[in-house]
Amino acid sequence: MTLAIRTTDLTKDYAVGFWRKRPYRALDQLSLDVGTGDVFGFLGPNGAGKTTTLKLLMQLTFPTRGRAEILGRPVGDVDVKRRIGYLPEHPYFYDYLTAEELLGGFAGMFGYRGAERARRVGTLLDEVGIGPERRLALRKFSKGMIQRVGLAQALINDPEVVFLDEPMSGLDPLGRREVRRLILRLRDQGRTVFFSSHILADAEALCSRVAILVGGRLRTVGSLSDITAFHVRGWELVVSGVEEPVLMRMGLMQRTTRIGEERYAIELPIDEPPDKVLSDLTVTGARLVSLNPIRDTLEDFFVRQVSGVDPPESRVKG
Amino acid sequence: MRTSRVVAIVAFNVFKESVRDKVLYNLVFFAVLLIATSLLLGKLTAGQEVKIIKDLGLAAISLFGVFIAIFIGIGLVSKEVERRSIYSILAKPIRRHEFILGKYSGLVLTLLVNVAIMSIALYLVLGYMSWTEAEEFKRAWDAPAADPAMLKAIALIFVELMLVTAVALFFSTFSSPILSAVFTFGLFIAGHFNADLKHFEGVVDSRVAASVARGWYYVLPNLAAFDVKAQVVHAQPVTAGYLGFTVAYGFVYIAMVLLAAMWIFSRRDFK
Ligand SMILES: Nc1ncnc2c1ncn2[C@@H]1O[C@H](COP(=O)(O)OP(=O)(O)OP(=O)(O)O)[C@@H](O)[C@H]1O
Ligand SMILES: [Mg+2]
Repeated sequence: MTLAIRTTDLTKDYAVGFWRKRPYRALDQLSLDVGTGDVFGFLGPNGAGKTTTLKLLMQLTFPTRGRAEILGRPVGDVDVKRRIGYLPEHPYFYDYLTAEELLGGFAGMFGYRGAERARRVGTLLDEVGIGPERRLALRKFSKGMIQRVGLAQALINDPEVVFLDEPMSGLDPLGRREVRRLILRLRDQGRTVFFSSHILADAEALCSRVAILVGGRLRTVGSLSDITAFHVRGWELVVSGVEEPVLMRMGLMQRTTRIGEERYAIELPIDEPPDKVLSDLTVTGARLVSLNPIRDTLEDFFVRQVSGVDPPESRVKG
Repeated sequence: MRTSRVVAIVAFNVFKESVRDKVLYNLVFFAVLLIATSLLLGKLTAGQEVKIIKDLGLAAISLFGVFIAIFIGIGLVSKEVERRSIYSILAKPIRRHEFILGKYSGLVLTLLVNVAIMSIALYLVLGYMSWTEAEEFKRAWDAPAADPAMLKAIALIFVELMLVTAVALFFSTFSSPILSAVFTFGLFIAGHFNADLKHFEGVVDSRVAASVARGWYYVLPNLAAFDVKAQVVHAQPVTAGYLGFTVAYGFVYIAMVLLAAMWIFSRRDFK
């Protein structure tokens, strides 16, 4: 199987400091393989090096060390660029062009012409939910609308590999759902999607594999179900219409928090099936409000990783 | 094939952006300036007004052009880097030097349209003056009012604008708009006094100072060579040989500056 993306010891130092420039390691020897057809989540807290990696893959910056390949060719190759799409973080385009003109220009760069080009631009703008405002100058667009235009331009050439740097950022809940659908649609068409995010829920809903980057270093890579930190550790059961003596009698009191009038949240360990407790409670007249799995969030994972990682100062050398 | 396509697209976007950014408003100023002056002069200086209008018109074409070249040129690349619009473009099938070429062509196209419209306006005003002027005054003129020889001056002005644009773009590939403006403007001024540097040894005693001056003479563009306004207005000849040589000099200089800009831009990190 050909790889969609391969990085080998990819390393990037930025020069920091106003007077005496010192190298600051933003990305440290990243070696990563992404297969074709994967929806790959590139996760990490702020400053982890996600954007740095994507910029290296787009050859917007050059690596200090190491190499990167897309579809088996070195990054920056014009023939490879024909087959990929890229949504930058916080995209920005031209103030005085309309959305239609911008996408028309980009489509032209891929050789689309005339009616075919107009059709391509039209369908993409429909797909990302830009209506008649497509004839307005982009400086009149809101942040979320720009983000949508950014998504459309990333897909203008029907790319085989799509790189999205925080595709959900700046979108309303409806927009986020649309983007999720869009990514799933791309997956169904057999395309590779590589996207960065710091939101675990996005990754869970979409990814076949994830990589977690903290402090410029790769911490984990695999499918989410393989990453033990995210296994379910227990259940949170919220019930109403129940009285304290009942809970006391069932021996649940130490694990219960009162959250309102006759409304309680009960934490259950993984080996205690919630259905049993629930049926016992419903007999007494309790009603189920919600039942949620308890597990580490991405945030918990980050916090644990960050506390175990050397402080940022140690990334500055010299 | 792909190259010319992507270059044309980038160029056309520059043109569209600058037109919508109200760059062509300066044409209105130009027209008003020309017409107001001609009306005013008509009452004052019998026989001389055509020369004055030619002088003023050609100087304005050059000056307005230089302002556009510098003020758009300095932002052409640096603004894209600052606002990061460059990110989505460079991910498309375009090489970095093609991007530079497109940006340059776009501004040259803008200048071409601008200079063309101004020239037509100038010829119209001059034609009108000739039409309304009494025959006995016309006989005193060195050259006809709507003199085709002015096109020589305009052509050289245009090559000079192309050169200034290339310089502005060059600075724009690695420095901020403000610094680029300072550098380009400095080079523009120095370029007009450049010819003086060649004979510096006649002015100072120091051999070192003289050779430094000579060095600068070869590095800086010789912009005074592009200024034949006075000759044209006073009906002195500008030979085809001089025109050809000066245009060739301009193109060689532009090519060098653009190559340097492409070289720098191709190695840049966009952080
Ligand atoms: N141009 C730059 N100059 C110096 N340091 C930089 C530069 N860009 C990024 N960095 C540093 O590199 C590290 C990684 O940054 P990067 O933007 O890749 O993070 P990220 O994972 O994308 O974070 P976020 O989730 O906030 O977007 C950070 O510590 C950042 O401060
Ligand atoms: Mg980022």
